[in-house]
Amino acid sequence: MSDKRVGVYVCHCGHNIAGTVDVEHVAEWAWGLPNVAVSRDCQFMCASLGQDMIEEDIREHGLTHIVVASCSPHMHEKTFRGACERAGLNPYLFEMANIREHASWVHPHDKDGATDKAKALVSAAVHRVLQQQPLEPLQVDIRPETLVVGGGIAGIQAALEIADAGFPVYLVEREPSIGGHMAQFDKTFPTLDCAACILTPKMFDAGAHPNITLLTYSEVEQVDGYVGNFTVRVRRKARHVDESLCTGCGTCWEKCPKKVIDTVFEAGMGYRTAIYRPFPQAVPKYPVIDTENCTYYQTGKCKICEKFCPTEAIRFDMEDEYVDLEVGNIVLATGYDIFDARRIPQYGYGRLANVFTSLEFERLTNAAGPTEGKVVLRDGVTEPRSVAIIHCVGSRDKNTNEYCSAICCMSSLKFDHLVMEKTGAQVYNFYIDMRPIHKGYEEFYHRILDEGTQFIRGRVAEITDAAHSPEEEGKLIVIAEDTLIGRQRRVPVDMVILAAGLEPRADAQGVAHMFGVGCGDSGFFTERHPKLDPVATMTEGVYIAGACQGPKDIPDSVAQGAAAAARILGVIFRKQVALEPIRASIDESRCSGCRICNTMCPYNAISFIEELSVSRVNPALCKGCGTCVAACPSQIITGAHFTFEQIMAEIDGILVDVHTAPPEHTAVEAV
Amino acid sequence: MSDKPKLAQYWASSCGGCEIAVLGLHEKILDVAGAFEIVFWPCVMDFKYADVEAMADGAIDVCLFNGAIRNDENAHLAHLLRRKSKVLVAFGACAYGGSMPGLANFTDREAMFDWIYFHSPSTENPGNVRPEMRTTMPEGDLRLPRFWNTVKTLEQIVPVDYFLPGCPPEAGSIEIAINAIVSGQLPPPGSVIGSDTTVCDECPREKLNKKVKRFYRPHEIIPDPNICLLDQGLFCAGIATRAGCNARCPQVDLGCRGCYGPNEGVYDQGAKLIAGIGSMIDADTVEEVEAILDTLPDPAGYFYRFHLPQSLLRRKALGNGKKQPKTEPVAATR
Repeated sequence: MSDKRVGVYVCHCGHNIAGTVDVEHVAEWAWGLPNVAVSRDCQFMCASLGQDMIEEDIREHGLTHIVVASCSPHMHEKTFRGACERAGLNPYLFEMANIREHASWVHPHDKDGATDKAKALVSAAVHRVLQQQPLEPLQVDIRPETLVVGGGIAGIQAALEIADAGFPVYLVEREPSIGGHMAQFDKTFPTLDCAACILTPKMFDAGAHPNITLLTYSEVEQVDGYVGNFTVRVRRKARHVDESLCTGCGTCWEKCPKKVIDTVFEAGMGYRTAIYRPFPQAVPKYPVIDTENCTYYQTGKCKICEKFCPTEAIRFDMEDEYVDLEVGNIVLATGYDIFDARRIPQYGYGRLANVFTSLEFERLTNAAGPTEGKVVLRDGVTEPRSVAIIHCVGSRDKNTNEYCSAICCMSSLKFDHLVMEKTGAQVYNFYIDMRPIHKGYEEFYHRILDEGTQFIRGRVAEITDAAHSPEEEGKLIVIAEDTLIGRQRRVPVDMVILAAGLEPRADAQGVAHMFGVGCGDSGFFTERHPKLDPVATMTEGVYIAGACQGPKDIPDSVAQGAAAAARILGVIFRKQVALEPIRASIDESRCSGCRICNTMCPYNAISFIEELSVSRVNPALCKGCGTCVAACPSQIITGAHFTFEQIMAEIDGILVDVHTAPPEHTAVEAV
Repeated sequence: MSDKPKLAQYWASSCGGCEIAVLGLHEKILDVAGAFEIVFWPCVMDFKYADVEAMADGAIDVCLFNGAIRNDENAHLAHLLRRKSKVLVAFGACAYGGSMPGLANFTDREAMFDWIYFHSPSTENPGNVRPEMRTTMPEGDLRLPRFWNTVKTLEQIVPVDYFLPGCPPEAGSIEIAINAIVSGQLPPPGSVIGSDTTVCDECPREKLNKKVKRFYRPHEIIPDPNICLLDQGLFCAGIATRAGCNARCPQVDLGCRGCYGPNEGVYDQGAKLIAGIGSMIDADTVEEVEAILDTLPDPAGYFYRFHLPQSLLRRKALGNGKKQPKTEPVAATR
């Protein structure tokens, strides 16, 4: 131990740390910690001056271990590891004490306490670093194939970017066609261009691209492996149509006698047949048979589609198939679900016929929709004379979702315009705040204001059909407090549109678990860093794009799809990636084979070796999470860089008396 | 006096099982008697404390000390025998880890006396007698050693050279220890004499994937004789218990109780059992976890049965016995 020489660097971080913690005193005091050979404070350790100081001290003073007391390791661990490496020191002989997030920022009103805590944290880091061992990163090859999960606009964009760069992509989509929610929309804000007109060329490109393998009507069932080398099992649900023979002529669904309410693409507003293609521009063009509703599967009779199919492509005996894909990287672009407006019963959705959701209205106003674009009431013929649009349904509400769904202000403004344009009805908006925050959005808002829409600021309390006066008879009455005039208002209208918020997919938790990514409080997938790394996740090789990461509109989804693709292309071009050597390992000579750890590993990295009756960790699969280390009841699993000795030393260090006087020491000249 | 090495054996707070265990060596006990000169063994031979006090320091070659330390008399003898012995062995689970007497650390002296002398259903105490350190009688004062709030291990009182785990130590383990002492081939001081793996290593039962929906008590099911007991939902501490007993209990369908203490390098056997057992619970919701845990009665007793005084917990916090006032959640304001 005596030949170990520790360098301690205490960062001011401008006023961020030094405004609360007495950093000079902490650096002075640290001289008394075991094996400390150099201790300094510095304005900004992360600046090149601070990094140079570490490098020069390592060379000049023969330092063997480095401690930097500054911010979170999430922020600058890489920076300081780099400095150590440049000076020839193994980067794992570096340890970081977080005296910003853990001391100065959380104790701004207790300078002495924050200083004491900073000293304890520095002591913990010094005690710990003395136990640390040099480690070497694992180099793994990167496969060039990429899996994109979800064929909405974000997934399509990611797939096209990667495919255009010349690398193979598998695009997996759960529904029979790619296109996602965007394919359901009529117009897009704020330019009001036709959603289909801008989306279908991209869908077609994705379908026809030589580097893209489209796997529609398919779902990922299992993911194994690690960055560069994932093995993914995809279930291809039986289409019951032979794609090699089908021409997409449409005879089958024209002849199919079974009509079913289409709850997916038409949002319950229209019908489809049992053998169907969700919409005319679907990619691929092949239909699927919905076996739950098909007469043949229910009664054993019918087969009309088979009879009329000119190419004999119908396959009633087709079964689900599994394909195993080998890919290097994965993009999750699984999108969102629309908030179920039934959860706010006072708004009457599902009970009051003429209360619509935003997605229902999208289908209503879509020229290819069930009413051919006519905005009418539930009876299918009556045009509304007055329409209320309720904002923030299932958003910004402690009872449902606290977050803002980001798109509803703008889609409501779009509806305002479409209603007025198509029916001339009076439109009332009930809103909390208007948030038209992107380019051209504020201008669009003013355009809608100028068109004569009414805006009433207040959250709607209730929508009822109980009339209080003759003019309310037969109408829906929207009851809300108008907070700008400070009065309750009752506004009778013919039609109500609920601007339902965006929610994580119902199965987001399961998908997150399968791909090893996290879900935040709101249930959306968690990015690696909310500001600086929005499309990567904590699992290397798995990226997220679009609304699965949080509510966002089309341009943001496209940007994220492209960003994820750029990140992946960078990795593919490097051909190899270095994995953190922080891994678990099992001392097989002492493993008693109890198998407690076997099912604990979230990455399936542990296997049981029957012949030896021991468990074994696959280091390439292990992410170093430490679950098995904690679970092992005989304590023979070690987490590299988080060993028992290191953690105990850290605890010993944090418990030292921080009120001892700083020791006398030989002054080290400033470099 | 012979020139054979001198052996002492003593019991502090223990049940006497360790004494029987030495006799359990059967005819090999004669080898012990042949190899050693017994200078102190109150259980089987008539010695007085004064005899030990009269010995020169270091006069005893080996002292096998069993039992935990829970009163002044235990501690006095621990200090005395340490001074007189060249090699002091913490013999058995009580001296090593505190064991059954150590479970008293879940309560305190007053609460224990109240229960034992006044409130337990089997107590008959018409005179309301309660043990006192000094009782004055016509003939003079009677004294009892001071009873402690906290049960301690031998090592927490005096330095110990070797630890021999087990409740009681298996004959095989004792034999290994005795042979090592006789031959002088001793492990480094401070060692636990035993294996560095766990009971599972010696257990012939087939281990499965360790996922259970509920735990059973031994009388509730007849276990499959070939499958790991834990896999069948029967509590077994073997996963976190040092090997050395040849998995005696699991081999007769009884879950390991954990008497050999923590595995080499482990500080807290109970914590390891919590981690291990917690890892087996096959639940999707918090409610399901709670329901499964409810099928495991007295978890503190199961997990810390042999080890509480030596564990990181040591004991339940000694307070004034008052419950902390529960803080009411602050109503959210709009």
